[in-house]
Amino acid sequence: MIKTDHLCKRYDSVTAVEDVTFEVQPGEVLGFLGPNGAGKTTTMRMLAGFVTPTSGRASICGHDVESAPLAARQCVGYLPEGAPSYGEMRVRGFLEFIADLRRLEGARKRARLDHVIERLQLASVLEQPIETLSKGFRRRVGLAQAIVHDPPVLILDEPTDGLDPNQKHEVRSLINEMAREKIIVISTHILEEVDAVCTRAIVIARGRIVADDTPLQLAARSRYHNAVSLQLEQPDQLAAAREALAELPSVAQVEVSERDARLTALPRAGAPILQAISELSNSRGLKLKELHLESGRLDEVFRTITA
Amino acid sequence: MRNVGLILRRELASYFATPLAYVFILIFLVLANAFTFYLGDFYQRGQADLQPFFAFHPWLYLFLIPALSMRLWAEERASGSIELLMTLPVRVWEAVLGKFLAAWLFTALALALTFPIWITVNYLGSPDNGVIIASYLGSLLLAGGFLAVGSCMSALTRSQVVAFILGVVACFVLLLAGYPLVINAFQGWAPHALIDTVASLSFLTHFQSITRGVLEARDVLYFAMLIAFFLFTTAVALDLRKAE
Repeated sequence: MIKTDHLCKRYDSVTAVEDVTFEVQPGEVLGFLGPNGAGKTTTMRMLAGFVTPTSGRASICGHDVESAPLAARQCVGYLPEGAPSYGEMRVRGFLEFIADLRRLEGARKRARLDHVIERLQLASVLEQPIETLSKGFRRRVGLAQAIVHDPPVLILDEPTDGLDPNQKHEVRSLINEMAREKIIVISTHILEEVDAVCTRAIVIARGRIVADDTPLQLAARSRYHNAVSLQLEQPDQLAAAREALAELPSVAQVEVSERDARLTALPRAGAPILQAISELSNSRGLKLKELHLESGRLDEVFRTITA
Repeated sequence: MRNVGLILRRELASYFATPLAYVFILIFLVLANAFTFYLGDFYQRGQADLQPFFAFHPWLYLFLIPALSMRLWAEERASGSIELLMTLPVRVWEAVLGKFLAAWLFTALALALTFPIWITVNYLGSPDNGVIIASYLGSLLLAGGFLAVGSCMSALTRSQVVAFILGVVACFVLLLAGYPLVINAFQGWAPHALIDTVASLSFLTHFQSITRGVLEARDVLYFAMLIAFFLFTTAVALDLRKAE
């Protein structure tokens, strides 16, 4: 379990993190969201033991990060921002060095190394110096060192940054696979990632937690929650369709995008409007290319609460 | 101690993974011999000893050791790998000691590779090999002192150039602490006790007393305490501002 209690970090005049309190249980994948500079990395660094909190406390699996730093760190696999490593080392040598410091020995060390090399597809670059690798490979080496000792807690700072879509998919499925028995905290500013892997999202802005919810509930805060979006076959029906939609009592607002002949009807106070709109388009003879119900737009929620 | 060994091994291997090790050893050997033969009048003196060889070591170390020590921590900071190292289950002093010992072992290797001059002097005459062994140990201790100072300077910055300059200046002051150049800066305002303390900190005085052939506990203790002090300072500096 990860527990933080009124965690604060101040630098001279700047407050990087203020009064951050949360708990994470095994099986949860927590996504840290927030604009750049909001305090995501500082919070993760405090959990990993790299930055000392100004006040408040944090514990990992019951070990306080300040009073029992080694025990806490042994429970954590940490991928720092930018996946730093020793560039002149070869991949195999680097992973062995980390495994040794993580106190893996003998058959277990070999088995764990084989596992992470296979899982992150590093076999082809094992004998290459890390500094000669592509960004994607370097990130995967960073992930490999984080999970080599099979820790109960994973803290990953932007694990998919710099990866191509295939590699992103691979890393996300790796996270999903490990999610069942571990505690995973990731930071990201890619909102689709939250939907893809997180069971819970904490949004941080200016060092404070501004939202702590499931991705679904977070999206439900959007004014697009339960909105209906429809695309017309014939763009010349756009004006008529707009008027018709606006007349429905349960529709609060209609947004029009002329470029792709799309209309979005926003409901009044979350009222269900799909039924009414589908009936309306039938009775008015609107030819529809597409009609769908929106669950909410995370990016819009994100902008609203972090602005 | 296991972690110290692991870090030492990684660090030492990284010297040889880059041209650094070879360039350093080559330059060290060339300069050490050039100084001995051209500036030290090794042949003309007509004496079978290595006095002219060891006399130049402090000046050689003054520039070469900071060049070696500047990367110890500044590079870790610049590349961000310090964040990796400091979040592994490793104590700060284990990392400081491991890195220092790797650098010291490396200078010991460079020093050991000067053995042809020892063979030469034994071939030419019959030197006092006891004095030569003491001098080698003194030179190694001196290198350790310089490295510890350099390690501390390297921990203060993320720029290797700054670490190098700070290292040279700090080593220069310590080297000449007993000489007018440094003492004059204290005379007139500092109490005598302080001036005496500063003067007794001189690398050069302690090194020269060893190279005369007397390996006194006082001098060995001086270097041991100096190394311990600067390594401790390195660890404190890292602990206070590792993330900056």
